[in-house]
Amino acid sequence: MSRALGTAVPRRRGRVPAALLIPAGFGLLFLVLPLTGLVLRAPWTTLPQRLTEPGALTALRLSVQTATLATVFCLLLGVPLAWLLARVEFPGRRLVRALVTVPLVLPPVVGGVALLLVFGRRGLLGGWLDATFGVTLPFTTAGVVLAESFVAMPFLVIAVEGALRAADHRYEEAAATLGAGRWTTFTHVTLPLVAPGLAAGAVLCWARALGEFGATITFAGNYPGRTQTMPLAVYLALETDLESAIVLSLVLLVVSVSILVALRDRWMTSA
Amino acid sequence: MTGRGGRTTLAAVAAFAVLVMAGCGGGDDPGSAGAAADGRVTGTVTVFAAASLTESFTRIGRDFEAANPGTTVTLNLAGSSALANQINQGAPADVFASAAPRNMTTVTEAGNADGTPSVFARNQLVIAVPRGNPAGVTGLAGLTRPGVKVALCADQVPCGAAARSALDAAGVTLTPVTLEQDVKGALAKVRLGEVDAALVYRTDARAASADVTGVEFPESARAVNDYLIVAVKDAPNRAGARAFVAYVRSAPAQAVLAEAGFQAP
Amino acid sequence: MSRPLLDARIIVDRGAFRLDVPLRVAPGEVVALLGPNGAGKTTALRALAGLHPLSAGHVTLDGTDLDRPATGFWVPTERRSVGVVFQDYLLFPHLSALDNVAFGPRRHGIDRRAARATARDWLDRVGLADQAPRRPRQLSGGQAQRVALARALAVAPALLLLDEPLAALDARTRLDTRAELHRHLAAHPGATVLVTHDPLDALALADRLVIVEGGRVVQEGDGPSVTARPRTDYVARLVGLNLYRGRADGHEVRVAPDLTLAVADRLAGEAFVAFRPASVALHPARPEGSPRNTWAGTVVGVQRHGDNVRVQLDGPIGVAADVTPAAAAQLRLTPGQRVWVALKATETHAYPATG
Repeated sequence: MSRALGTAVPRRRGRVPAALLIPAGFGLLFLVLPLTGLVLRAPWTTLPQRLTEPGALTALRLSVQTATLATVFCLLLGVPLAWLLARVEFPGRRLVRALVTVPLVLPPVVGGVALLLVFGRRGLLGGWLDATFGVTLPFTTAGVVLAESFVAMPFLVIAVEGALRAADHRYEEAAATLGAGRWTTFTHVTLPLVAPGLAAGAVLCWARALGEFGATITFAGNYPGRTQTMPLAVYLALETDLESAIVLSLVLLVVSVSILVALRDRWMTSA
Repeated sequence: MTGRGGRTTLAAVAAFAVLVMAGCGGGDDPGSAGAAADGRVTGTVTVFAAASLTESFTRIGRDFEAANPGTTVTLNLAGSSALANQINQGAPADVFASAAPRNMTTVTEAGNADGTPSVFARNQLVIAVPRGNPAGVTGLAGLTRPGVKVALCADQVPCGAAARSALDAAGVTLTPVTLEQDVKGALAKVRLGEVDAALVYRTDARAASADVTGVEFPESARAVNDYLIVAVKDAPNRAGARAFVAYVRSAPAQAVLAEAGFQAP
Repeated sequence: MSRPLLDARIIVDRGAFRLDVPLRVAPGEVVALLGPNGAGKTTALRALAGLHPLSAGHVTLDGTDLDRPATGFWVPTERRSVGVVFQDYLLFPHLSALDNVAFGPRRHGIDRRAARATARDWLDRVGLADQAPRRPRQLSGGQAQRVALARALAVAPALLLLDEPLAALDARTRLDTRAELHRHLAAHPGATVLVTHDPLDALALADRLVIVEGGRVVQEGDGPSVTARPRTDYVARLVGLNLYRGRADGHEVRVAPDLTLAVADRLAGEAFVAFRPASVALHPARPEGSPRNTWAGTVVGVQRHGDNVRVQLDGPIGVAADVTPAAAAQLRLTPGQRVWVALKATETHAYPATG
C-alpha cells in the first residue's frame, strides 16, 4: 500500500488537474474558434489581389500609425497618472481611480459623442481651439488618435498602476539616500523597475487602439487615407462584400498578432 | 481518485452543454404557433426591418397586434445588409423589410424568400442642415462652397449610393469630410453641428426635426430608394409572416409610413 | 569627545509608542544601536536619513540642522550627506554592480566617466572589481552586501547608516563579511551609526554601544563596560551573564527576600550583581568550606551549551549555571531534581544601579 503511494506521488505532481484543464481547453476553443471561422471562409484564391488593393494598405498603414501615436500619447499622460494613483495619497483618490476606468464601461460610440461635445466645433474646448489656434480635431487623423487614446488609456493606466503598487517603493528611498530627487528617482529607478508592467500596459493599449471602431467613426468620421482605419474599412466592406471584410480582418489579425509576439519576445521576457 | 476526477470532468461538460443549449434556445418556442384552427393569426411574428423603419414599424407592429389579438410583433432593427446576412445564416426571421433592393436580392438569391418581394414604400434624399441652417444651404450647389463641411454616407450603404446618383445627376462634385457607415451616423454629425449639411433620407430628417431641417432639392427624384418586404421561407410563423406582409401594404400602415415621410410605391 | 559630527535627539511618536534617543557621534566613530525587535532602532535610523520625520528633537550634522520640528526646519533625504546600507541592500535590480555604485556620484553631478571610475575604485576596495558588470541577482549575499556598502560610501557621506548589515547572511559568510566590514567602517572618516540586534556584530564593529529598549536608551558605553556591567536583563542575556538587582550594604547585596549574596565589591544602596554561569557550582549536598554563597535550587532545564552543559535553576533567584559534561553526568541532572548552588564572592561583580 505504502509502496504504491510512494511511486504514485511524484508522477501525479506534474499532472494538470482535469478541473482546470477542461475549462481551460474550452476557454481557448471559445477564443480561437471565431478566428478559425475567418480563416476557413477566407477567399484564398483571390487573396493576393485583394491584399494589394490600395484602399486596404492605406487603411492598414493609417491604423498602425494612429495606434502607435495613441500609445505614445497614452504613455505621456497615462504613466504620470498611474504614478499619482499608486504613490500619492490625496482626497478623492478612489473617485479618480473610478473615473479613469469610465472609458472601459462606456460604449465607444458614446465616448465618441462625448469627445465631440468637448472637442467638436461647438464643443466646450473645440470652439476655443479653433478660434485661438486654428485647430480642429473632428474628421482629422489627430482626431483618430484622440479617439483611440480615450478608449485605450485606461488599459495602460490600470496596468502601470498595478505594476507600481507591486514594486518595492523602498528602492525609491534607496535612490533618495544616494542623492536622487523625485523626478530622477522616477526616471532612473521607478520606471525601469516597472518596465515589464509598462510594456504590458503599452501593448494592451496599442492593441485596443488598433481595434478601435465606435469612438473613431463617431468623433473622426470615416474618410479613406485620413480617418478610415482598418476596423472602419472592415465594417464598410461588410456592407457589400463579406469576403473583402474577411480579408481585411485577417490582415489586421496577422499584423497585430505578429507585432505583439515580436514585442513580447523582446520586452516581456527580459524582465 | 479516479471517481473524483470523473465527477469534475462531468460537471465541466455539463456546464458547457448548458452554455451551448442556451445559445441555440428558442427553436421550439410554442409561442410562435402560426395559424390557429379557425384561420386566425396567432403567436409571435419576428420582423427583421431596416434601421430607417424604426419609428414607423414600431407603430405598425402595435397596430398589427391590435388588429390580430393573440399576436406579438418582435422587431429586429439593424442595417439591411446585416439583416440579410443574419437571415442567410439561418436566423429565425418571419419577415424581412429591406431599405435597399440589393440586400433583398442577397436573400432571394440564397433562396430564403417565400414568394416575390414587393415594394411597400419609397424614400428620397433631402439635405439635412442644423436648425437655423447656419451655412445657408439651399441646394446641392451650395454644398461645394469652401468651408462648408458635408457628411455623406459611404458608397457601400444605400444612402451613400443614392447620394452619389443624385450628385452625378446634378453634375456636382464635392469632397465630404466623412463617409458615414449609415444614415443615422451622418444625421448625428448634423445634429451635433459638426457638419453643415448631410445627404440623408427625408424620413430620417423628419424624425430628427427637433434639431435638423430637411432642405428638398429637385435632383433627389433621380435617386429614389425602394423599400421591399417579403416573408422568409423558413419562417417559424408562416401564417403570421404572410399576414404581416399584407398588413404593411394596407391603407392604415401606408398612412403611418406617409406620416413618417415615405412616399407610396 | 571631540565636537560631535552628528548631534541628534530622535523623538518619534507612533501612536502610544514614543521613541526618544539622544545620539552624539564623533568623526570616525562607529556607534551601534543595539536592542530587541520593536525597540525602535530602525525608526531611529530612518529618522536620521530623513525617511521618517521627527516628531520633536533635532538632527544636526556637521553643525547644520537637518530636521528640527520646533523651527519647521527640514532637509529632504536626497540633500543630506548620508549613505545608507539597507538590511536587504536594495541594490537596483536593473543596474549592474558598477552602475549601482556609480548611481550616487552621478546624482551628485559627476559625469558618467568619472562616476564610473569612482565606482570601479570602490568595487576594487571591497574586492569586487571582477563583478562590476554583474546584475544584483547574479551576486551572492556577501557580494551584494559589499556592493551595497560601496554604493553607500561612494558619495563620501558625512554620516554612514547601516541597518542590520549582516542579518541577511548565512553564518559562515557573516564571519568573513564582519571582519571586512569592520575594516571599512574603521577607515570611514565620517560618523557611522549601525543598527543591530546581534551583540556580536555590535561588539565587533562598533566603538560604542547604545542599548535601546522600548524606545528608550537603557545603557550606553564601550563594549567592555557594557559587557561587564549590564543594566538590564536584555543586555545581561545578550552578554551571557546572570544579573540581579538588589539593595547593597557593604559586601552584601539582598537580591531576594530570603537571599543575600556576599560580593567582592563594597557599596551601599541600589545595586546590580552580575556573574557568569560558569562561576556557578552545583553540588548534590550542601557544600562545606570557602564559598560563602550557597542556596538550594531546583533544576528546570538542561541543555548543551558549547562544550559545556547549561543548567537552568529555580529557587530564591532564577540562575543559569554552566557545568562540564562530566560534572553533569556525575550529578545525574534531570528537571525537578534538587541541588545545592554555590557561588564564590570573588566571582561576582557588583555596581551601583544609579548613575
